[in-house]
Amino acid sequence: MASSLLDKVWEAHTVRTLPSGQTQLLIGLHLIHEVTSPQAFQALREMKRPVRMPERTFATLDHIIPTTAQARPFADAVAEEMTVHLTRNAEQSRVPFFDLSSGKQGIVHVIGPELGLSQPGMTIACGDSHTATHGALGAIAFGIGTSQVRDVLATQCLAMAKPKLRQVRVDGALAKGVYAKDVILAIIRALGVNGGVGYAYEYAGSVVDRMTMEERLTLCNMSIEGGARFGYVNPDQTTFDYLRGRPYAPQGAAFDRAVTWWASMASDPDTRYDDVKRLDGSAIPPMVTWGINPGQSVGVGERIPDPENAPEPERATYREGLAHMGFKAGQPIAGAKIDVVFIGSCTNSRLSDLRVAASVAKGNRVAKHVRALVVPGSQQVAKAAEAEGLHEIFREAGFEWRNAGCSMCLGMNDDKLRGREMSASTSNRNFIGRQGSPTGRTLLMSPAMAAAAAVHGAVTDVREMLR
Amino acid sequence: MTDSARRQVAGRGIPVPGNDIDTDRIIPARFLKTVTNEGLGLHAFEDARKQDPEHPFNQKAYEGASILVAGLNFGCGSSREHAPESLKQWGIRAIVGGSFAEIFFGNCTMLGIPCIAIDNEDVLWLQRAVGRDPKMIVTVDVEKQEVRAGDRVIKGRIPDGARNQLVSGAWNATGVLLEAGDRIEATAKRLPYVSGF
Ligand code: SF4
Repeated sequence: MASSLLDKVWEAHTVRTLPSGQTQLLIGLHLIHEVTSPQAFQALREMKRPVRMPERTFATLDHIIPTTAQARPFADAVAEEMTVHLTRNAEQSRVPFFDLSSGKQGIVHVIGPELGLSQPGMTIACGDSHTATHGALGAIAFGIGTSQVRDVLATQCLAMAKPKLRQVRVDGALAKGVYAKDVILAIIRALGVNGGVGYAYEYAGSVVDRMTMEERLTLCNMSIEGGARFGYVNPDQTTFDYLRGRPYAPQGAAFDRAVTWWASMASDPDTRYDDVKRLDGSAIPPMVTWGINPGQSVGVGERIPDPENAPEPERATYREGLAHMGFKAGQPIAGAKIDVVFIGSCTNSRLSDLRVAASVAKGNRVAKHVRALVVPGSQQVAKAAEAEGLHEIFREAGFEWRNAGCSMCLGMNDDKLRGREMSASTSNRNFIGRQGSPTGRTLLMSPAMAAAAAVHGAVTDVREMLR
Repeated sequence: MTDSARRQVAGRGIPVPGNDIDTDRIIPARFLKTVTNEGLGLHAFEDARKQDPEHPFNQKAYEGASILVAGLNFGCGSSREHAPESLKQWGIRAIVGGSFAEIFFGNCTMLGIPCIAIDNEDVLWLQRAVGRDPKMIVTVDVEKQEVRAGDRVIKGRIPDGARNQLVSGAWNATGVLLEAGDRIEATAKRLPYVSGF
């Protein structure tokens, strides 16, 4: 019988069926960071348990670190304390740790793929909801809570129920100025912020087939914003080419043997899905969110919808969104004034994202009233971008060029919105308070659109600048 | 039955109206700057409470409530277990909702907090009923998958795996997972990326 990548990976990692009916699933790669791991290590100490397979867990620092001055001890005493804890936990448990001095530190979902740690056919878990990012490589990757981080540390396993599988097909061809970020925002708008609950999303179709690995990472990254805890793309030549030569990928003849196995894990052509949804990629415009969840978005040429026309259960959230954002139904999103631009996060902080943003910024100036920052996803991304001179393009245009980290995606360091500031952000969440100010406002968009917003000081159709 | 078994949880209700209440709203990220879970309960819904003096978590009438009644897609967003942990420390023992985000649901289960989904109309009814009579006892029957309040019995849904874990008291999974013993290493060895390509 034909089986999907989900079936094959699940089966290969099944230790046993638990009395509850769930699967005891082996976790092939476990990634940890400073925010969701300290309590898990503490629990392990209380249980007097060692880390069961320390060589299958990797640690990095991303959420709380400053992106400006990074000399230790950090100015923020709590950030310093969290760093000390992670360093000590990693050392004592012999967990490899990509710290600031490693040259490999960065956002956990940027460094996993970049280092070749994330590979097809793996199960990957991390105490972070955007872990489906790694599904871009053909892995079953998902976010977990701190108690589950404890379980993986202690047992290398999780008790999991297998999700249903929905194929999300995007066919056609993307128009100029339309990127993976627009595709995933369009998918979430079409299927809803909770449409994916209980499902894994398999992204497919000609648009996805043609995407680079970095675009697929952006796509899979926001699966959870559509409610899907898992999202993946079947491994193909793009995947194998991306992995070749990466430090933790198999090398030499082993690489070719790996490719054979990786290819065998892809969904069979006649796989039966629990559900299939289709989108016409050619019809997707540059997208912008106008509200307080990532499903509340419109094309840049559209008007902000009227709650009265929304499906009944969504009307209250629509009204709340309009009230928080200070928008009126029927108002065009283009022209909305911007105070802050944030280019970064695990969604859009890779080299290709920075290249696109720089190409829009080049020769332009950030509008006077706007503060704009570019935060590369990892030290390696920063280095590669600097080698191309992107940092100079950004600086000349009036952007700040920062060190790698999560930064203003969630505002756990000094990079925060102030008061009711409106930000054009390439991150993944526009929840109330997300960017560090309880009254702050976030518009999600692609790096190209964010750079255009920086230049104009307002939401602008980037396609007009690309002509 | 052990102490940890969660067959039934009963207590007074507290309604949190609205859909898509995300975990940033339940506990803003600045309160995650900690290496322990201490004091998280003080910050449950902190920003929402500051902005809205009428927020249910501010109202005297709901002090001591333990059954939260939420709308659709409750707990969406970040995987932070600090969110259910803060609710637990505030005093929440079970959550009734229209639907739950998956990671949040799993995190609640891991903390022994049953989440039961009921139809949205029933949610609205229950929120109004609790609002009218905050002293009313709401019972979440995990085993029977129902919610009882006043003279009403509302059919609910808890997926089998989580329900079995809660009812048997095996929601803290570490011990159960450890029982697999060296079958864990054996499974790992069969994977080419572990044993070497
Ligand atoms: S960049 Fe944002 S979404 Fe991504 S891991 Fe960091 S905080 Fe989470």
